Amino acid sequence: MRKKRYILKFPPQSGDKPLSYHLVRDYDIRINILKAEVRPGKTGSLVLELEGTKENLKLGIQYLEDNQVSCEPLDKKIHWKQERCINCGNCTAVCFTGALVMDPKNWELKFDPDKCIVCELCVPACPLNLFAIDFRE
Amino acid sequence: MGRLKSTIIIAFPFYLLSLVARRRICYFITIIILSIFSENMGIQKTYEEINEKIRAGKAVVLTAEEVSQMALTASPEEIAEKVDVVTTATFGAMCSSGAFINFGHASPPIRMEKIRLNGVPVYEGLAAVDSYIGATACDPENPKYGGAHVIQDLIDGKDIELEAWGKGTDCYPRKYIKTVINKNTVNEIFLFNPRNAYQNYNVAVNSTPQIKYTYMGSLLPNMRNATYSTSGELSPLLNDPELRTIGLGTRIFLGGTQGFVVWPGTQFNTSKPKNEFGVPVSNSATLAVIGNLKEMSSEFIQAAYYEKYGVSMFVGIGIPIPVLDAEIAKRVSIRNEQIETTVLDYGVEGSPALGRVNYAQLRSGKIEVQGKKVRTAPVSSLSKARKIADILKKQIQEGKFEITKPVQMFPTNTSLQVLKEVKGGES
Ligand code: SF4
Ligand code: SF4
Repeated sequence: MRKKRYILKFPPQSGDKPLSYHLVRDYDIRINILKAEVRPGKTGSLVLELEGTKENLKLGIQYLEDNQVSCEPLDKKIHWKQERCINCGNCTAVCFTGALVMDPKNWELKFDPDKCIVCELCVPACPLNLFAIDFRE
Repeated sequence: MGRLKSTIIIAFPFYLLSLVARRRICYFITIIILSIFSENMGIQKTYEEINEKIRAGKAVVLTAEEVSQMALTASPEEIAEKVDVVTTATFGAMCSSGAFINFGHASPPIRMEKIRLNGVPVYEGLAAVDSYIGATACDPENPKYGGAHVIQDLIDGKDIELEAWGKGTDCYPRKYIKTVINKNTVNEIFLFNPRNAYQNYNVAVNSTPQIKYTYMGSLLPNMRNATYSTSGELSPLLNDPELRTIGLGTRIFLGGTQGFVVWPGTQFNTSKPKNEFGVPVSNSATLAVIGNLKEMSSEFIQAAYYEKYGVSMFVGIGIPIPVLDAEIAKRVSIRNEQIETTVLDYGVEGSPALGRVNYAQLRSGKIEVQGKKVRTAPVSSLSKARKIADILKKQIQEGKFEITKPVQMFPTNTSLQVLKEVKGGES
């Protein structure tokens, strides 16, 4: 079993096909939606974590692409230079997944990479420039 | 208050009797009752008495957060009796900051009429080799490195490239110099911040469909976040809202060393509306502060760059408040839920007010603005502010930091002018 993250982009008309149903039933892929931006009648985007065998993941992605859904693997990671952090909180203002939060006890920043979807909003939001995008796997 | 009432109830008949019956004895009894009352009620300490305790290592010092907790079970009178000093602190971006510097004279000497430090323009209209490094100054070609970064590099002892030009005069013949300086090669460097430690600050939201980049952070569209700035119940001027103990000459913690309050800060405004707890509900009073930059630490002075806004500087300030009487004890006991501030829409011209919230709500992570739940985030560091308040507390406990009686108090009747546009040259 493998876990991988993808950014999916939907064409406007794809909304009526039960794509996720097929992914689950036909390819035995487990889906975890990390972020969704779907507006009816317009293009939408999804950040998903897919879990399945290597073979099934490949077939599932193929199936999506056959249905005009573009799938880009999310290989990037956010790197936080913690040692210089002043715990000002600016980055938490833009982090919607809850990957960056202030600890309500000591008011220090906590970063949970598992929740991060690499939206990159925190990069310009930090006044000390402490976030970098890491392209290594 | 109960004691005040009962004293008056007991004393009043004697007073009336002394008037009606003209009995001197009744008059004396009134005086005696009142004096007993005032002795019990009014604990009064002087700055000197508190300093004697500090020198003896016997002063009782609490942080403003600790005293707010204590106030849940103790009356202001009890606090005034038990506590001598309360420490307050803040660590936030304060754009109106900067440092005076004297480079020393070269041989042959130059009258510096245009000056760059690591490429950042600094003030040139100050004698031959004096200058002022404004925190927000920058070369538009390199907007992410500004005056605040120069100041931080100086604090850290780093070498800075100095380049200066002059027209050449009889007494200053040189026209150009390029060299390297650091904090040990120059004569004086002192931080002089014209406007710091704002008493309260508004909350920022953005109602427009576009993200707005501001000094209050990145404001997401359609009010999807709200940012706030002060350290709430730990914030200096919120603990002494009338500035009864803070004035010209007050010794403070500034950037890791001892500094001083030297003037009311710019945009000092005492006319803002106050809430029922006597705290202004938007930004009001400010402080101008000074301190020796050579003794500071970049742990408490941090350069910052805000996307599409520019350079600013985080400044760490701690102010001790002497608990001279019950009234001051009451003021320093203020809690987050009693401190309110105004929500402003930074997306719309004129930043209209959208409502009022308190700091307990802001810290909870969510506020309600016009019926909508909005996620909150701080933009100043409470953890650093707490650290400063603790350091200051320890220094006072150990007798290393004495409190000062202000040489002069600040005005109580100021308001702000706006910049009017009048036609050039016409009168
Ligand atoms: S990239 Fe930054 S803002 Fe976006 S989810 Fe990750 S941590 Fe949060
Ligand atoms: S914005 Fe930067 S300095 Fe501030 S808490 Fe986030 S990572 Fe730390």
